[in-house]
Amino acid sequence: MKAGVIVFPGSNCDRDLAVAFERVSGRKTDMIWHKDSTLPTGLDIVAVPGGFSFGDYLRCGAIAARSPIMRSVVEFANNGGHVLGICNGFQVLIESGLLPGALMRNAGLKFVCKDVELKVATSRTAFTSNYRKGEEITIPVAHHDGNYVADPDLVKRLKDEDRITFTYADNPNGSTADIAGIVSENRRVMGMMPHPERLNDRHLGGTDGTRLFESLGEALVGA
Amino acid sequence: MKARVFVTLKNGVLDPQGEAVKHALGTLGFDGVNTVRQGKMIEIDLAHTDVAKAEADVTEMCEKLLANTVIENYSVEIG
Repeated sequence: MKAGVIVFPGSNCDRDLAVAFERVSGRKTDMIWHKDSTLPTGLDIVAVPGGFSFGDYLRCGAIAARSPIMRSVVEFANNGGHVLGICNGFQVLIESGLLPGALMRNAGLKFVCKDVELKVATSRTAFTSNYRKGEEITIPVAHHDGNYVADPDLVKRLKDEDRITFTYADNPNGSTADIAGIVSENRRVMGMMPHPERLNDRHLGGTDGTRLFESLGEALVGA
Repeated sequence: MKARVFVTLKNGVLDPQGEAVKHALGTLGFDGVNTVRQGKMIEIDLAHTDVAKAEADVTEMCEKLLANTVIENYSVEIG
């Protein structure tokens, strides 16, 4: 699996994400600057990291979503490529139109930074195949705008199509239907607010996040 | 030519910031505030002077960047 991580001004989880991919694949992660207009060739997955791209100006992820590299990321996704967006990366993918819905200010108006319990809502994606459906895992969240908003039609569609990947056991931000992560219609683009790359080493508190990267490593081996 | 864009949350979208402002107004003794909805105003100075073109351009700006039309409405004032 060859991974590429997009770097915006204000990204701050890009290196953790790169390490998470490298540990699984043994291959160096390509770091891709937002002003580049093309992706390196041979990537199996593109990841959009957490952070505060462009200072969260206008709306979280709005400016980053219009940067030159994102056109190539959208094209990569439209051609069937795998794309992962975490936290600010999820916001960027929504603003890019790759995932439906919106992410709004947390209902409690506070920045929430803590470990939360997540329920694995489906293992039927390349991102979650190493988890069991219904399993509870611990993954940290750190966000101010993680309140996923979807109208009833969209929620129904996400549920019917088994596209909700993670839900919160104890909702920290007011998100609709406790949604913490979703996949696209072709199941190859996933966005999630919690940070699996931050629980990827037992010396740092746990490895519940590791299996997400292992799932990808297995799905995309030699892809 | 100046354009002003007003971006507001759609009806039915919870506005926690507006709720917090309403609560603070109540604390200051302003009774009778039913609801507060918070939005933003964006002022744009345009080089050209054709009103129709300005309106078309700014509308496109709203659709492409300034508003998230999933949750927000926008209105444009020219001049």
